[in-house]
Amino acid sequence: MIEDKIFTNQRLINLAIIVTAIWFTWFAQNTFDEYTIRIINNVAIFIILAVSYNLINGITGQFSLEPNGFVAIGAYVTAILIVDADTMLYQYDIEDPSAWILAMQAEFAWALLFAGIISALVALSLSFPVFRVRGDYLAIVTLGFGFIIKILAINNPQITNGSLGINDIPEYSNLYWTGGIAIFTVLAILNIIYSKYGRAMKAVRDDEDAATAMGVNTFKIKTYAFTTSAFFEGVGGGLLASLLTSISPDLFTFFLTFQLLIIIVLGGLGSTTGAILGTIFVMAGLEYMRFLDEPMSFMGIETDGTPGMRMVVFSLILIFVMLFAREGLVGKKELKDFFKKKKADK
Amino acid sequence: MILEVCNVTKKFGGVTAIKDTSFSVQAKEIYGLIGPNGAGKTTMFNIITGNYEPTEGDIKFHGQKINGIKPFKIVHRGIARTFQNIRLFNSMTVMDNVLIGFDYQATYTYFEAIFRLPRFFKEERRVRKRAIEIMEVLDIAQYADEQATSLSYGQQRKVEIARALAASPQLLLLDEPAAGMNPQETHELAELFFKIRDEFDITILLIEHDMKFVNKLCDRVMVLDYGKTIFEGDIKDAIKDEEVIKAYLGDFKHA
Repeated sequence: MIEDKIFTNQRLINLAIIVTAIWFTWFAQNTFDEYTIRIINNVAIFIILAVSYNLINGITGQFSLEPNGFVAIGAYVTAILIVDADTMLYQYDIEDPSAWILAMQAEFAWALLFAGIISALVALSLSFPVFRVRGDYLAIVTLGFGFIIKILAINNPQITNGSLGINDIPEYSNLYWTGGIAIFTVLAILNIIYSKYGRAMKAVRDDEDAATAMGVNTFKIKTYAFTTSAFFEGVGGGLLASLLTSISPDLFTFFLTFQLLIIIVLGGLGSTTGAILGTIFVMAGLEYMRFLDEPMSFMGIETDGTPGMRMVVFSLILIFVMLFAREGLVGKKELKDFFKKKKADK
Repeated sequence: MILEVCNVTKKFGGVTAIKDTSFSVQAKEIYGLIGPNGAGKTTMFNIITGNYEPTEGDIKFHGQKINGIKPFKIVHRGIARTFQNIRLFNSMTVMDNVLIGFDYQATYTYFEAIFRLPRFFKEERRVRKRAIEIMEVLDIAQYADEQATSLSYGQQRKVEIARALAASPQLLLLDEPAAGMNPQETHELAELFFKIRDEFDITILLIEHDMKFVNKLCDRVMVLDYGKTIFEGDIKDAIKDEEVIKAYLGDFKHA
């Protein structure tokens, strides 16, 4: 009885959050200037990436460093599908594009779905060798995967136009796309976390042998987490390609993975709320701190503009957060845990 | 015979942990596996649960060979275990810990979970109800929403047992369940095991050092010493057996 009541309250809160998020997407698209919208677009895409990366890294506890690879796959698949044949023939300088590349065309929605599916399939085949190892070894193996994708992209100019990359990608990404998919991603991942699959993922993180001893097929669970996270990373990559309108292999270096890792660790490894907060903090914070790169006058002291100053300040903030909140901004807690705590205090 | 261990030998490199050991456990029995430290008792558990493959010999469960089957599949067949040092899932609540045992019994797919289709709710409700029933038998239902690690040692033991019971085993393996407990708690635990056997209709195979506990609980025992069987049979005879006393207390004649 009591449990049912809590469930209904929880559902109302959830509904309120979803409605607010949808309203905000609509409101932002219609109100803010182009620059602000672009930042929000970026934040939305990185929410998709961070929340899905958190599923494998934070929830399932598999320290993998692969997201740049899947984001690249998603971005390239989407770009190839939505750029028309004439534009491609015009752009591909190193080698002419393969006939099948030219023949592949799709609407943006299908292209995104396809990008996700291709990423997921690659993840599925990758999981067989990858999950034979645990811990640090897993990190190294998955790190290698990101490099392989980048090298493949450079060395197959008939598909990817090599290091020149693909330009003039139609700009379909707007807040309805990015915000909508971000909301869907967060809901889907939360639904996974609060099901038997999510419980099993956490069990694998806490004690893999004990999970096996309880009848959990740990390999299958890890593959589920890995594939799901790759799917959404692929979709996010597609959105990113269409937002930036130009992609090249240099965009998907290890730095992208590193950025996502900072986001989820800063927010609180293993918490979806944390991943979202971390994204807003890092992505919007970096934009907001742009003034640090410019010349300043502070109490009569004039300084020259120092490019890169904001990264120094940002790193300092990072260090302080990690010193005083070792588990990240929210730790492993989710939004609903904060509501619960308030109730207990009363 | 629910479990038959037939001439099992386990070698780790040059070390023979278990040598040509055979025993069998009858349905609804409480069977004790005893012996001094390093005798190979936990190794035997690991062989039964599929974590190790025996170098020689077979394990039969309900007459079917189970060695070589993956550990999680052996759980699905009906053998669950607890660990010598408590291994709960630290970040999870007591309820979620117990629900892990139901993992393979909740039959909804990944997509049904993502899109919250009706079967998800139906199955979740069913396993949650069962989990509460199990926790009530073990008297830990009031801690359902607490973090597993916030409980006392004795309660954590119970959570671990509840988790194993949630996997709906026919055979429950308990690795030193009374370790670290005072005589009062040990006494209560023995009563609890009788209750569990009767309520859940299961067979219990346990490793234990506390002879009083074993004496009270077990129908039959097997005594291992350096991987060899030195006694198998009724507990009453075991404590009179010269070899058993020698293994436990040392050989005074040559000391």
